[in-house]
Parts: sequence; structure tokens; C-alpha cells
Amino acid sequence: MMASSYNAKDEDGHHPGSVGSGGPGAVKSRKPDNTAFKQQRLPAWQPILTAGTVLPAFFTIGLVFIPIGIGLFVTSNNIKEFEIDYTGVDKSSPCFHCSHNYSWNSTSACTCSVPFTLEQSFESNVFMYYGLSNFYQNHRRYVKSRDDSQLNGDKSSLVNPSKECEPYRKSDEKAIAPCGAIANSLFNDTLELFYIHPNGNRTPIHLVKTGIAWWTDKHVKFRNPGGHDKNLSVAFQETSKPVNWLKPVYELDPTDPDNNGFINEDFIVWMRTAALPTFRKLFRIIQKKKDSNTPTLQPGNYTLEVTYNYPVRSFDGRKRMILSTISWMGGKNPFLGIAYMTVGAVCFFLGVVLLIIHHKYGNRNNNADIPN
Amino acid sequence: MTWTDPLTLIRHGWARHKDTEGPIRRVVSNLPFEDLKKRDQPNRQYEGNGIKTNKYRLWSFIPMNLFEQFHRMANLYFMGLAILNFVPMVNAFQPEVALIPICIILALTAVKDGWEDFRRYQADQQLNNMPCFIFSRKQMCFVERRWKDVRVGDFVRVLSNQIIPADILLLHTSDPNGVCHMETANLDGETSLNQRKVLPGFSTLGEPFQPQTFDSTVVCENPNNNLNLFKGYLERPDKRRTGFGIDSLLLRGCTVRNTDEAAGIVVYAGHETKSMLNNSGPRCKRSKIERKMNTDVLFCVVLLFFMCLIAALGHTIWLETFDSEPPYIVPDSNGNYTPSVLAGFYMFLTMIILLQIMIPVSLYVSIELVKMGQIYFITQDLELYDEELDTRVQCRSLNITEDLGQIQYVFSDKTGTLTQNKMVFRRCTIMGTEYSHAENAARLAVLNGANEEEEVTIYQQTKLPPLFPLDELQDTQDKNHTNPQVTAANLRRSKATAGAQGDMAFSSPLETVVVPDWKLKLEVDHQTGPYLDFFLSLAICNTVVVSTVTSQRQRVTGRRNSSYSSSSFSSMRDWFRKRSVQKVFTCMKFSRRTDEKLADPFVIDDDDPDILHIPRVSDTTEDHPYFISRKVTSNKGKHSPADSEEVCYEAHSPDEAALIHAAKAYGFTMVERTPHHVTVKLPNDVLMKFEVLDVLTFDSTRRRMSIIVRHPDTNEIIMYTKGADSAIMERLRDVFSDMSQPDKQIAVKTQKDLDMYAEDGLRTLCFAKKVIGEDEYRAWSAIRQEALSAIDEKEERLMDSANCIENNFSLLGATGIEDRLQENVPESIQALRRAGMQVWVLTGDKAETAINIAYSCKLLDNEDLVVTFTTMKKSVCKMRLEDTLGEARRSAGMNSQFRGHNATFTGSSVEPSIGLVIDGPTLSMAMSDELVDQFVELCKHCRAVLCCRVTPLQKSDVVKLIRHKLRVMTLAIGDGANDVNMIQAADVGIGVSGQEGMQAVMASDFAITRFKHLQRLLLVHGHWCYSRLANMVIYFFYKNVAYVNLLFWYQFFCGFSATAMIDYWLMIFFNLFFTSAPPIMFGIMDKEVSDSTLLSLPELYRRGQHTEGYRRSTFWIAILDAFYQSLVCFFIPYWTYNGSDIGIFSFGTPMNTISLFTIILHLAIEIKSWTVVHWAIMIGSVVMYFIVTLAYSAICISCNPPSDPYWIMHKQMADPMFYLVCILTTVVALLPRYTFHVLKGTLAPSSHLRARQLERLPPSLLPGAEDQRGAWPRRHVRVLLTRVPETHKNSAP
Repeated sequence: MMASSYNAKDEDGHHPGSVGSGGPGAVKSRKPDNTAFKQQRLPAWQPILTAGTVLPAFFTIGLVFIPIGIGLFVTSNNIKEFEIDYTGVDKSSPCFHCSHNYSWNSTSACTCSVPFTLEQSFESNVFMYYGLSNFYQNHRRYVKSRDDSQLNGDKSSLVNPSKECEPYRKSDEKAIAPCGAIANSLFNDTLELFYIHPNGNRTPIHLVKTGIAWWTDKHVKFRNPGGHDKNLSVAFQETSKPVNWLKPVYELDPTDPDNNGFINEDFIVWMRTAALPTFRKLFRIIQKKKDSNTPTLQPGNYTLEVTYNYPVRSFDGRKRMILSTISWMGGKNPFLGIAYMTVGAVCFFLGVVLLIIHHKYGNRNNNADIPN
Repeated sequence: MTWTDPLTLIRHGWARHKDTEGPIRRVVSNLPFEDLKKRDQPNRQYEGNGIKTNKYRLWSFIPMNLFEQFHRMANLYFMGLAILNFVPMVNAFQPEVALIPICIILALTAVKDGWEDFRRYQADQQLNNMPCFIFSRKQMCFVERRWKDVRVGDFVRVLSNQIIPADILLLHTSDPNGVCHMETANLDGETSLNQRKVLPGFSTLGEPFQPQTFDSTVVCENPNNNLNLFKGYLERPDKRRTGFGIDSLLLRGCTVRNTDEAAGIVVYAGHETKSMLNNSGPRCKRSKIERKMNTDVLFCVVLLFFMCLIAALGHTIWLETFDSEPPYIVPDSNGNYTPSVLAGFYMFLTMIILLQIMIPVSLYVSIELVKMGQIYFITQDLELYDEELDTRVQCRSLNITEDLGQIQYVFSDKTGTLTQNKMVFRRCTIMGTEYSHAENAARLAVLNGANEEEEVTIYQQTKLPPLFPLDELQDTQDKNHTNPQVTAANLRRSKATAGAQGDMAFSSPLETVVVPDWKLKLEVDHQTGPYLDFFLSLAICNTVVVSTVTSQRQRVTGRRNSSYSSSSFSSMRDWFRKRSVQKVFTCMKFSRRTDEKLADPFVIDDDDPDILHIPRVSDTTEDHPYFISRKVTSNKGKHSPADSEEVCYEAHSPDEAALIHAAKAYGFTMVERTPHHVTVKLPNDVLMKFEVLDVLTFDSTRRRMSIIVRHPDTNEIIMYTKGADSAIMERLRDVFSDMSQPDKQIAVKTQKDLDMYAEDGLRTLCFAKKVIGEDEYRAWSAIRQEALSAIDEKEERLMDSANCIENNFSLLGATGIEDRLQENVPESIQALRRAGMQVWVLTGDKAETAINIAYSCKLLDNEDLVVTFTTMKKSVCKMRLEDTLGEARRSAGMNSQFRGHNATFTGSSVEPSIGLVIDGPTLSMAMSDELVDQFVELCKHCRAVLCCRVTPLQKSDVVKLIRHKLRVMTLAIGDGANDVNMIQAADVGIGVSGQEGMQAVMASDFAITRFKHLQRLLLVHGHWCYSRLANMVIYFFYKNVAYVNLLFWYQFFCGFSATAMIDYWLMIFFNLFFTSAPPIMFGIMDKEVSDSTLLSLPELYRRGQHTEGYRRSTFWIAILDAFYQSLVCFFIPYWTYNGSDIGIFSFGTPMNTISLFTIILHLAIEIKSWTVVHWAIMIGSVVMYFIVTLAYSAICISCNPPSDPYWIMHKQMADPMFYLVCILTTVVALLPRYTFHVLKGTLAPSSHLRARQLERLPPSLLPGAEDQRGAWPRRHVRVLLTRVPETHKNSAP
């Protein structure tokens, strides 16, 4: 019976076993199974979206969102933040001379000091950020221009970095470590904070430079070649420093071997490319003093001493220094709180509108269907 | 997937090359060359019998499959993009990674193709290795080989019930008459037996077949796919030629029956056999949605182009703003910076790569999957399963399921489609006297009623034991009233049993049992000449084959016919046993009675008082004792073959079956038929053996068939002819010269009766006889032989020869055969019309018959104005057309005015109710160029159109005309070979697998067994498939645009540098795993309105007709919504994280998550009914997202360099802000759509929504709701209808 009809059966293709049933006697009924699934009779929940049925949803959203919004807004407002632009665009700005005279090729450092006043005291830990504007760290070619296995301590990648690093891959026939455009453009200003006592004394504020990178980055993703014990200058001896760098990678923080080379936290933070052209990056942490009576930063006059190395004039950029406390929701940002409140209010309003509609029209519709 | 298999192409190329030697094939015996090498074989150029339907070989699978897949535009597009990604200047991702999606899609398709191909391969192997017997010269006998070893020129022997391995020219059979029966069910589904004859000159009786002596050359035509045509001749060494035709060819795939052994020479083998050439692959049609979708894909391309253009311009302008190069612009490897304009151009290409999924690549794959699922559910539907034939609905076309939901015009065949094609003998007229067969009519009426009330009737009977004093059954008058019911129940039961076994063609009791008209019976018993002739012609003028129970062919289904009586009896008894115990006694008595009745359903004689006949002729039995006494005597001492064995008839057409059973009812039983003899048992038990001189078979041009026999007693040569009335009447003996007055009167009277039959909706056949003189016959026989052996223009010559003898008839009489309507046809037609479909009937029958059927199936109403167009003159046709059109326009205008005033109610009852009846010749005039527009417009105004006397070609012309002129979706449904054209011309072709073979089914997209299934197929499955697929396609567009736009918005913040803030692997996963299953499930399983509601409210179907599910506006709304949602999904995180220290991929992670939530919940809003599967897949997708993302970002430290997914997801998930952003964004993104749905559901609910609300009501409030097909109260419908916008009704073209 298979002789020529199997093709026709193949066409519908959905009768399991129809092909194999050769010869008489082997045929079973082709009656479909009477199961809820096959007969499309599975028990189903069939929501009908009408004003009446969704009213609770709208009111619930409204009632939940507004408190969340208020909470977020209050939290955000409690965060203290201070921001100062030290780019030196204005002539009056203390860093004006530096910004104009400095380029990547300069060898001598230019320093300037920016005075500022804090009106409020900063309690708890204060996070010190540097901020860059108009810096497109998210440019596609820029983002790609790195070699993660090199940064992970891979020996072969160290001397033979990925092609993605071009043209910052080799200099003078030596592999660049760390290679690529991201590393090459490492932010290298040095920022120092001094508290000016009312009596004119300058007290340097202790800035902690570890703990600013993700733990996983520091301990898993970034590794120095050759492990911890070895002398970094030996490990990096076959490489050359990135073009724009003043010193090689193993001299990023000569004082602390756990913060040197690829696992230097400033470097790690920089390597996590920012999502948007205006961004901040964590630079230092001012830790709350042990005796918790005095605030971390008391109101008063301060000076920001800048070693101005990083040129931003070419792309019309801005450099900022930001001091901020943080809460569970991160830095200061009132947007989410406002958004929550707005959306909650809108939902609540819609709920009211739907309630009216439901009373006016909903009943009429339902009644029309139900014979008495 | 429309590609041609290159192997076939090559094969065909070869074949063509080989065939250049001529249009004929010469085959000689292989035996003398048995030991020679292959290249010395005479038949070497012909294909062997091994078949290979699989496309690929193991080694060539990958290249060939890829080659085929790249015939698809979408695959090419994505491959092109992937290759573009290898160009360093423009690449957006790592080149290797960009290959992944396209590779996965190709691999999936390849696996699917490979699996299908492997199944084909296995089936081929199974066939190729089947055993068969080939003659070997060495062993001088038939040896067992495999099918694949058979070559052209081999001699093959086939035993009974074996399958024929190749096309074999029949040279020998074990049958003394040189015939071989074969069952072609595998080929065309026909269950009747076909008779094949041994080539003339080879039917040497009793001698064993000796192939080694075969020294002739077989000359025949080249292989073709015509199953009914084969011609050639045998050339003997002395150049004598013997012609042969299809009736000597055993076809591959058929089964030999009733014949112990047959042998012959193979002429076609393997792929060249007729059955293989008839195997065309599945049909490939583009559905309407897909055509529309393709334009929308183009819109997407345009959109993509503009987005890329914006990015390119943006990039150029952005680059121009810098005086010197900033550190974040990376020069190329030589340290040079690309000029900004060129960079912009590169950016354009890069953006195409980045935003490529704007063109939904997975859409095509998903649609295929969805359609597979939809087809699965259609074929699984129990309601569409036919218990009797053990057949499910067949979906032969894989990709037009949703077209079923958009049908606007239905073109239906009549016979076998609307009607059962189970012919029932109703009346006859002999020599001008009409015999009404009133009792037979009464029996049929009862049968009809029993169809519906079977169970009830039987139940009542068992409850009335005192009414059954068994032996006095026919004595008491008032008990007779109950009897028709009993009989009906019995018959119904036996019919059901017979039907369930499905073992005999046209042999249900309904058709076989004829109650003779007693008046006619009397006449017959007097045995007056014309009556004898009439019944003789009924009995022998046909091609019916007799098979007896003992030699009953064994069905492939394994059911034996011989178990018929006993099984029906036992099942009957079982059934009665289930009844209450107290009633067992009466039940058993009852069933015994049943047993007697059923034991021999074919012979209507009983020694017992006949419960079948007597009650209804009881008024007359007293007056006609002869009737019964004759029966009794005739049944005494009967030992004729017909009585000792059951006679089963295998008829080609139901008409023939009906006629031969009618003849049998009057005692004229055909007992045996061989090619040369036909034996008839006369009522007086005399066996008459007629020698058959020739049979002029039926064809549609002559519309008659004749048999020429030699009368055993008188030795006269007599030709009996039956045919359509026109075909016979015009060939009667000349009216003016020698036609005598009574003859003329007979002709006139018969014609009058015929007209009456036609009005009653009966099919009419005329019977005539002609006595041929010996000389005349001899002269004609010579012409005939010449025609038979001709190879060129054989048909014409055969036809001429037939025409030349078929004249000067003397009329015997005519019969009226009823073709009963199928069950639920009127209801189905009404439902289809309520659903807004125009139903046309195209039939080859007479206008009167067609109109009658149209009334009875509610196609025409009594109030309808029926306009009949039958004219021979074009001018008349034109005039009438204009008149009717004017009238139609007026009434339509009035109606629209009326509707304007009563806008609240627009039922279908105010549609113009004109019924148009047009016959074939007039139709061709109306379809001529100058009248066609008017005709089409008139048709638009008509409630029903009936085309009668149309040819198959006209049927398809009508379909094409309406389809192209009105631009509507058409459906054609038919069951016969004459409907094939029409089925192929329509958008959707439906084949009814019924009594007339499988040609229609083979040509169709869907095959059903009953017309009533059409209702469910269209209203339920069509509607579901349409709205499911439409929603899914829209959703797919939305999904891709919404996701891709996230990337686009980001370009404004990364200097248009084509950065993706989402890890590329996660992007791939997003489309492949996280969001692919829900829409597919949505497309397969969503159910807005339940099937019972759809059936009771056919009006809901109109949404699909007006393509409301998928309009251009729907598409653009979806796109706009996608834009809005992507804006929300991008900018809420943007503002949240703006100015912070967030990294690129930490920024993208919440967006990806938000997108997932939005896209999934968007679907959740659209899903209308949530089953377990829905919940599982929706929740599963979200869970999978988190698991995969977490795992990926935990494992991948530096595996995907630029994106560094390491620990990002964990970091984000530890941050409460992440959740706050996700929740807020999802709510904002979905709020408009949700609110819109809510407002629409409250203020302007669609008819579907209202139907769903109706479903919610408790059943007690819905009278009739418990009955699936019962119409809902008119009031509900009206409420619903008021919601169907007015414009839609009028905009129907």
C-alpha cells in the first residue's frame, strides 16, 4: 500500500505513523485523540479588558507608585553633592593657563589650584569623582580598542595584543601594554583636596584610592602578567608604554604593589567605558572618620590642587570634580522619584476616569446582553 | 519554499536528452540479453525500478541544502549583511559573531529538511526492497528479487493481493477469461476494482506463461502522468501489430485482487511509472497575509534606510564639529583619520548591520512553525474527523491556513459536494408509462428521518414490548404504524455499520435496497418485451464488476467484508444488551429479527413475512396476493449462485450502482461479468449468458455508453445504450421517416416525465436499444479494430467509430435517480452566508435539477426573485443582463436607503435577494469581453448564483473572473475530476474526498469528507488561523522595531558611531530564545472566541473578510507603538543614569531587561486566553532570560572583548535602582496600549469582545447556547451586529 501514496501522505506530514504503516492489519484508526490539548479545549483564563475589570490595577499602581516616588525623591534630596568645573575655559579661571598651554606631548606638568567653599557639611563617606563632558567614551571604535586577555594577564596577548588595538598596538616594534585607545587616553589629572582652616592653614584631606573599582574587575578580570610576586617592571619589560602616557603601566602606583600595573584601580575605572558622553568616574573616597562626631567634610573653604595633564580643548570638553555622598540609590538624581510620582498620579487619574466611564457606560453594555 | 530540485532537473535533462530518438519507447524482452553487460542491454536507456525521492545524498547534503536555502531573499539579505560585517571599515560586531543568527536559521532549516529527506529515503528504501518475482532465463522460472531490481523489459509475476512493482503490460493471468482485477485505491483512492485485460493473442487458456518465447517488440508512448491514457502496439517479428491501451496496463502501486496470478512485461519502471509521475510535491501558495506582509517588510526596509541615513548624516555632522581629533576617535591602523563624509558612508553600512533585525529574519521561520502548528491542530480536530472513512481533514497546502479565514466567495460543485453522491433509484418510466415507486419514496423518507432520530426511535421501541407480538407483526393494523420506525432504525443501524466498515463502494442499504413498484412488478412478471429489455439494459449496460464474498478482496485496512453480517449482528446485539436487564427478552427477540433482516441485505426476499416491505404495502397486499406468493415461490429451492453467495457489485459510478440494484430488485440480477460475457439471472431464475461484443465506454462528450451483446436465444446483435436525455433523444430513429406513431408518443411522454424528474431534482438517464444487423456489425467492427490499434489520434477515431454505430435507437425508457443532500448542507450554507460569503453553485446538471437542489439546500429562498438566463443569442443575453442589472441596482438603492434610515439594524435579510441561474452557453456569452463587466456587477447584487451545464473549464473561468475582477478571496470546493480546474483556480481549493476518486483531493489545498465540515473549517479554523497569524505577524514587526529602536536612540548619544549598548550575544539570545517562543505559541494557540461561539455567530467571520486583523493601519499603529515604547525604554533609563558613572553595558542591561518585560507583557495584553501552555511559555521565557544572562555574565570574563559582560548582570541585580527602573519603564511603556484596550473594550467593544462577553454569561441566560449549532437568540446577534461597522458591509466588493 505504500507504493506511491506515501508522498501524498508526506505532504500533510502530520500523521505520525502514517508512513510506516505498511501492509494490511497494521493500520490503526486515524481518529484524533480526544484530549483537551489536541482539541484546543484546555481550561483557559480569558481576561476581558474593560473599565470594570482593570480599575483595581490602575488604583493599585497609583497607590504604590506615589509613595515609592516620594521615597526616592526624599532620598535623592538628602544626598549632598558638590560639583566644580576646573577645565579653565574662562580667562578668570585658575586653570586657564594650563588648559591653553597643555597638550598630550607636554612633558612638564602644569598645576593649578581651584578654591571652593562647601556650604553644607558632608556626613558619612564622601565619594570624589572626576567628571568629563563631551567625551565619547562610547564611540564604537574606541570601545573596541582594547585587549581584555592582555589585561587579564595573558602572556601571549601581552607581547602580541589583539588587532582591535590598532593603531595603539605597537610602538617601536614593541607591544604596547596596555594597548588600545581606551588605555591610551587614560585620565591622568591628579586631584588633591585641602581644607583651608579659617586661620589660613591648609590641611590635606586623606583620599583613599582603593576600593573604587568593582571587586570582580580588580580580582578576576584584571590581572598583572606573571602573578603578584614578580617584579612588574620585569613582567612588562618587553612592552612599551602607551603613546600618551608619561610613565609605564608598572609605575602607575609604585607605592602599592596591589594597586599597580593592570590592577591599578584608576586604570580599571577608566577602562570601564562610560555609557554616555557626559559621565563621572569615581576617583577617590574620603572615608568617614572613626570618631563619628565630626562630619567627613565640614562646611568651609577648600582648595582643589590639580595637576593638569589631560587636554580636553580638542573636543570642547569639560572637566569637573564632584564630591558626593551616596545612598542605597546611588548618587543624586531626582528624576526617578519625580517620574514615579508622575506615573502614579497619572494612573490614579486614569483610574478615576475609568471609574466614571465604568459607571456611565460599563453597566449599560453589560445590561444590554443579559436578558432578564 | 519554491525551488526545484536540481537533481530532478538534471534527471529530466537527461531524460529529455535520451528521448530525442522519438516520441515512442520500444521495449524488447531482456531475457535473451540476460548475461550481457549493462551497456549491451537493449533497454539500458530506460530507468530502473529503484526510486529515489530524497533530494540529498549524505555527502552533498550541506552544499545542496545551502544552495537551496539561499534561494530565499531573506537568507541572502542576512548572509550579505554577515559578509559585509567582515569588511573592517564597516563592521559593527565581531565578524564571526554576526554569522551566528544566520547560521542558526540555516541550521534549523537544514535539520528540518534533512529529517524530511531522511524519512523520504527510508520510505524509498522500504519500497525498493519489497519482494517481487522476476523471470530468470537461467532458472527458467520466476525468482524472488527486490523491486529495485526490476528493469524495463523484465517479466514480472504478481500474485493476488500483491502490490504491482512497476507499470506492466499484462500478458498473462490465471483467470480463464484473461482478466486481472486491480484496486487503484493507492493511486486515486477509488475503492472499486479496475479490470485489466490480457493483450489480445496472449490469453491462451490454461497454458503456463512462457516469457522466453516472447519475441515481439513493445512500442508505446513515452512516460506521461495520465493515469487513464496509455497507447501502443505490439510488433511481432513478422511486423504484425496488435494495439493495446490502458486496459492492458497494470499500474505500479495498485494491488492485484481477485486474480491468483498475473504476469507481463515491464514497460515503465521507477520514476517513469505513471503513479510516480503523478506524485507532485506539496503545493506552494502564497497566502494573502504573506503577500501583504511582504509589502510591510518593504516598509521596514524603507524605515531602516531612513534610520541609517539619519545615522550616517549625524555621524558626518558630528565629526565636522571637531577642530582637531579628540582622543576617543580612533584612527585606522596607519594613524590616518577617515574624512568625515566617507566615515558617514561607512557608518551607513555599519548601521544596516547594526539595525538588521529591523527586517524580521525570524519572521519567516516563525510563520512556518506557526503554520505547522495550526495545521497540526486542524488535522487533530475531532469534529472534522470522518468516522466512516477513517479520515481526518487533510491539509495539503502548508502555507495558506489563514486564507481560510478570509474567504468572500465560495464556489461549490453540486454533485458529491452538496449532495452525497449516493444515488438512490427513485422512479422510472418505461415505454411512456411512469412508475412512481411511491413505496420506495416512503422508505427513503423514513430513512431520512431516522438519520436524526435514530437513537430515540430505537429507545422508544425497546420500551414498548407489548407492541411486539412477534408472529403477529403484520396482522394488526395499528402495530404497523410503529413498524416504519423499526425498519428505519434497523436500516440506519446497518447503514452505520456498513459505513463504518467502508468496505464496499456504493453499497449501503440506502442505495442497494429498492422497493419495487408493484404495478411495474406485475408488468415485469408478464415479461413483455420492452420491459425485459429495459431491465436487461439496466442490468448489463454498465461496467459494474461482480465480486462474491468468497473471493472478496481483502481490504488494506484489514477489515474483511465477509464479517459484514455477523459483525453488524453482534454489534447490534451488544448494543441492545446495554439496555436495561428487564427488557432483555424483548430485545433479544427484536435483535433476532434484526439478524434475519441483516443477514442478507442485498437480496430482498424473505420466506418470513417481510418486515421491510409488507407494512407499507399492506394496504395492497390483500388485493395483490400474487406479489407475495410469487416471492415465496421464487425463493423456494433457489440454489443459483446469486443466492448461495452474496453478490457484491463494484461500480465505477454511483449511478450505475443504483441502477443495477434497481434491476436486481425486479429480479434481474447480474451474476457475472467477464470481458466477453455477462450473465444475468432473470426473475424466473433462468440464467442468460450474453456474449459481449463490444463496450463503448462512457465519456463526457458523447455522454452515453453502449454495450453490444449477442442475445443467447435469438442470436441477434443488440446494442443497449444509456445516456443523458439529450444524447439519446436526438439519436432516436428518425421521427419523420420510419418512426411509428406509438414510438413518437413514447418519446414525447418520456420527455415529459424526464422534465418532471428534473424538476424534482432527480438525475435522469435514458435507455435505448438497437438491433444491429450482422453485416452492419461486421463492417463497423473493422473500423473499430482499426481505431483501437491506432496510436495517433486514437481518441478521435474511437469516438467517431462510436458515433457511427450509436444512432437509430429505439427508446426503452428513463430512470430518475435521486442524489440526496448531504447532512447539514442547508445549515452550513446558511452559516456561510451569514458569515458574509457569497455561495455559488457550479454544476454540470440541468438547470431544473440545480434550482431544485438550490431550494432544498436553502441557497434560494421562496421569496427570492430567481432570474434564469438561458439563451442562445448574445443580443438577448445582453438585453436581459441590462434589465436585471437595472432592477438589481434599484432594489439595492432602496435597500441602502432603507438601511440609512435604520442604521441600527443591518441584518443580512435586507440584502438584495436575487437568485441568478445561468447555463453554460449563456455564461460564456456573459463572460465575453463586452458583457463581462455588467455580468460581474449583476453577480455582486445577487444573493445566489447558479451556473448549470457548465464544463470544467468554465468552472475555473468563472472562478478566475470573479477572483480577478472583484479582487476577492475565493474558495472552490468540489469532489470530482471535473472540479480540478476550479479548485486550482481558486485561492483556496477544497477537495471533498467522496465517491468519485481522489483527483479533486489531489488538486486541493485542503481535503474534507463532508460539505458540512467546510463550515467548521472556515468559521472556526479559518477564523482562528487568520486572527492568530495576523496578530502574530503584527506583533513580530512590533517586536523587532521596538527592540532595534533602542539601539537607534543610543546612536544620538554615542556620536552615531553604531555602538550597541547591549552585549551582542545577549541580543542574539534575545531574539532566538527569550522572545521567540511566546509569539509562536500565540500564533498557534491563542483563541479569542470559542469554537461554539464562532459557529453560532458566523457574523464574526466578517472580520477576516475585511482583513480587519491585519490592515495597513494596524501595521503602522504597531510600528508607532513600537517607537513609543522604545523611546520610553530608552529614555527612562537614560535620565535615570545620566551623568552617573554607569558603564556602557551596565547601561544596556536594564534596557535589555525592560525590553524583555515590555515585549512579553505587550503580548500578554494581546493574548486573549491563557492556558497552561501560555503561562509556562511566558514565565519560562522570562526565567530563561535571567538564568541565561546571569550564567553568561558569570562565565564570560574576556570571551567577548568589547562588551565585558562579566558580572554586570549580577551587579545590576544587586542594585535596587535596577528594579525600580524596570518596573517604572515597563508600566509607562505599556500604559497607552493597555488604556486604549480598556477604553475600546468599554466604549466601543468589537463584535468579538461582545461575543466573548456573551460566552461569560451563565448558560441559563442563553437559551440555545448549550446546543453548539443552535443559533443564539436573534437579539444577541443584533446587539453584536450593531457593533459591526456599517462601512464594512458596504465596502465588501
